[in-house]
Amino acid sequence: MSTHSTRLASRLMVAPSVLVLFVWMAVPLAMTLYFSFRFYRLLTPDRSGWVGINHYKWFLNAPEFWLAMGNTLALVGGVLLITVVLGTLIALLIDQPVKGQGALRILVIAPFFVMPPVAASIWENLFMHPQNGLFAALAQGLGMQPILFLEQYPMSSVIGITAWEWLPFATLILLTAMQSLSSEQLEAAEMDGASSFARFRYIILPHLTRAITVVILIETIFLLGIFGEIYTTTQGGPGSASTTLPYMIYKQAIIAKDIGRAAAGGIIAVILANIVAYFLMRGLGRNLDA
Amino acid sequence: MTLSLRALLGATAIAAIGSAALAETTITVATVNNGDMIRMQGLMDDFNTKHPDIKVEWVTLEENVLRQNVTTDIATGGGQYDVMTIGTYEVPIWAKQNWLVSLNDLPASYDVEDILPAIRGGLTVDGQLYAAPFYGESSMVMYRKDLMEAAGLTMPDAPTWTDIEKFAAAMTNKDTGVYGVCLRGKAGWGENMAFLTAMSNSFGARWFDENWVAQFDQPEWKSTLDFYLNLMTNYGPPGASNNGFNENLTLFNQGKCGMWIDATVAASFVTGKDSTVAEHVGFALAPDNGLGKRGNWLWAWTLAIPASSQKQEAAKTFIDWATNKDYLALVAENEGWANVPPGTRTSLYMNEEYAKVPFAKMTLDSINSADPTNPSVKPVPYVGIQFVAIPEFSGMGTTVGEIFSAALAGQKTSDEALAEAQALVSDEMSAAGYIQ
Amino acid sequence: MARAISPQRKWLTTIAAWIVAIVIFFPVLWMVITSFKTEASAVAMPPQLFTASWTTENYADVWARSDYPRFFMNSVIIAVGSTLLGLAIAIPSAWAMAFVPGKRTKDLLMWMLSTKMMPAVAVMIPLVLAFQALGLFDTRIGLVLALMLMNLPIIIWMLYTYFKEIPAEILEAARMDGAGLWNEIVYVLTPMAIPGIASTMLLNVILAWNEAFWTITLTTTKAAPLSAFIASFSAPQGLFYAKLSAASTMAILPILILGWFSQKQLVRGLTFGAVK
Repeated sequence: MSTHSTRLASRLMVAPSVLVLFVWMAVPLAMTLYFSFRFYRLLTPDRSGWVGINHYKWFLNAPEFWLAMGNTLALVGGVLLITVVLGTLIALLIDQPVKGQGALRILVIAPFFVMPPVAASIWENLFMHPQNGLFAALAQGLGMQPILFLEQYPMSSVIGITAWEWLPFATLILLTAMQSLSSEQLEAAEMDGASSFARFRYIILPHLTRAITVVILIETIFLLGIFGEIYTTTQGGPGSASTTLPYMIYKQAIIAKDIGRAAAGGIIAVILANIVAYFLMRGLGRNLDA
Repeated sequence: MTLSLRALLGATAIAAIGSAALAETTITVATVNNGDMIRMQGLMDDFNTKHPDIKVEWVTLEENVLRQNVTTDIATGGGQYDVMTIGTYEVPIWAKQNWLVSLNDLPASYDVEDILPAIRGGLTVDGQLYAAPFYGESSMVMYRKDLMEAAGLTMPDAPTWTDIEKFAAAMTNKDTGVYGVCLRGKAGWGENMAFLTAMSNSFGARWFDENWVAQFDQPEWKSTLDFYLNLMTNYGPPGASNNGFNENLTLFNQGKCGMWIDATVAASFVTGKDSTVAEHVGFALAPDNGLGKRGNWLWAWTLAIPASSQKQEAAKTFIDWATNKDYLALVAENEGWANVPPGTRTSLYMNEEYAKVPFAKMTLDSINSADPTNPSVKPVPYVGIQFVAIPEFSGMGTTVGEIFSAALAGQKTSDEALAEAQALVSDEMSAAGYIQ
Repeated sequence: MARAISPQRKWLTTIAAWIVAIVIFFPVLWMVITSFKTEASAVAMPPQLFTASWTTENYADVWARSDYPRFFMNSVIIAVGSTLLGLAIAIPSAWAMAFVPGKRTKDLLMWMLSTKMMPAVAVMIPLVLAFQALGLFDTRIGLVLALMLMNLPIIIWMLYTYFKEIPAEILEAARMDGAGLWNEIVYVLTPMAIPGIASTMLLNVILAWNEAFWTITLTTTKAAPLSAFIASFSAPQGLFYAKLSAASTMAILPILILGWFSQKQLVRGLTFGAVK
């Protein structure tokens, strides 16, 4: 369907975004790559020089490195699972002709409006705190010991908080996709006597595959870089129980002020993200064409 | 709406013209969001009246974010700030890099000699004062007089660690949710490690020997950590590995702690309007172990001028105003003596009005008993009580803090934690070139 | 949209939907409630709902302590500016990739997303240095550019997905009628894509509004938005949950209202689509 001129036009239309994104990516990446081989600590600028692959070695040999890699993937996987499954169910529910649909939608997407550091702080102090939190009060009301969320289940708690923040994102995209589904098709299926499960399985879900794929890909990229929620709630602890790769980098960059090491961590994170993205694209890529 | 908006824009325009006519200097002050600093922003009318030619723009941030932004700015020579609020940990390190402007030429009326010697010493490098203290603190024991009385006990003015353990055992009542002692457990060089490092001094432990060799494999650290873990496991609140200053303050204010050993600045909070136990709080010096050192720290928030500032004269004028005796009097006049920033000037503690503040004497005694140049029983190559004033400390201290926090959460034994700390600190010191 | 369902079922789903919505919304609600309590009441145990001491002091305090309107204006300019600029660049790109796909389109899309793979903290110093060198530090235009570039891949991806939903036959038909490329986009495509564009806009305004790392790291006074305003209320010494809740409520209220209006926009776009 595309003539020579439309092809040319389409290239011209893609060019600006490619160009700006390329500069935006290449310059910091080149600088980070450079710093990752340098001794560069903010507080001792007089000491500098090449260190070879020492910073990379440091990361790979750090006792918490593999745990942090596992935690990073657990965070991404856990949040994806919760947000996609719950997001689909909630979108289905709200898409029904219910009373006060507009207000409902706002309530459901409201968590996305709260700034992440604030959201994490609220969950930590007003809900999960073992002495002052709402959950502790609930447990005591039921005659149980309060659960020590951040001490005994730090990773699950962080996943829970992050999932709460990202659930609206998934819901909103899936809801928008659902609303473009023609109602005639569903009505026809209903008249033919298809059960609601069958309607979901054979009509709605296939329609949603692309939206779900997009949610998974976008969320993965965001979640691979998350550290604010961990910094606010558990500081990666107790010990390194909830340390992720971005949090390790955060500690090197902000607390230890070791820019060289942080840069090496950044490069490792980019490699990890590429591997994850490669498998995601192999598994889900074809959904994008549909 | 439209009208008021237009009026607002008009006012801004007029203000802009007005300021241009006065040839105003605008200085940017980066500061931490604690109560004393917020109070200062409320008292700016006084400064504006005295110095109409200087306009102050505030950047108020949470402690960690502030530290991140000012460190980035000073290390990259950004020059965004004219006055920075920094702590006693940063001052000597930054001064050695020539990142700060000397304050030796402050006017005579400033009376540098009046600044408490323990505080001034930590801010002076090679005879030059590099930062003006705005408020200073040490740490001490805050305890519940009513609970002690009920248990038939009295708190000595200078308790030992054995006393603390005994009192903690007596006051703990898990059925009513009262825990004998609340201490910091949250990982961080300024959180649990501030407490533990100060505590370790009174046990005779130290971070490094004179040759910068890490000392976590020594018996003194072992007895420090064992004592702490035992105390917290038996008499501390559940989930303590996530408790920092604010969490413990909340617990104490709700009457859930028998004792709390923390910053002297907390005294005004636990006796303030948000506390349910305000009338029952007593104070004592931080505990010791009979070795001649107490487990109290020394900290000050200070104002300093980065060398990259283009408006150093105006910045000096501001610092003079913000930290001199007149400012203390100004706060007292407007907000009462209890709200005067504590711990910086001898003259404040000579003041009869201030002596009536319940925690004044204990704060001064705690600060005076702290010696940053000679923090522990054995000699050390570093300055600092609850920190080691070297650039590498914030990173190492935080990682060691995580290890100890894991031990508190029961994920590691104290031996494992100490071995890990020893290995980590040794590696870092080699990497940083202290050990060849 | 006129599926025939029994009134009974309608009420059941209504109740279920509201319960779910309230559970999800509850933490936000609790934050708003907390913002009207005194600090002592905010952390009281057991939690106080009816016995709390109510006050509006927190709001008065927050208002008096900081220049909210200035932070607010910066947030509006940065969030709206970066979103509009992003849309201007993204709409043509997403259109081209959705309707004139090449062999490399998917790779290109993935590459765009990969520009977001570097964790922010790892490039903090490089970016600060670059911003200082270009004179963009603490400027609104600097933040508009940074957030636009940060969110551009997301905008393109979302638009691409929504554009893909539009049946190609409609475009064929328009082309048969002799509509040029520009007319095709303006008169045929854009109206049909309004729900998608609105939804993309809303999400990106939110992402930009809530961005709390770069907006604090790259600003001091002139361009500091509401994230910096929030950072001045979190974790001081002493109790702060009520004040933080108040500050946070003030930060989310404007965007919540915007969300409310864009909901209507979304629904309008939908009915338009249904009429086709």
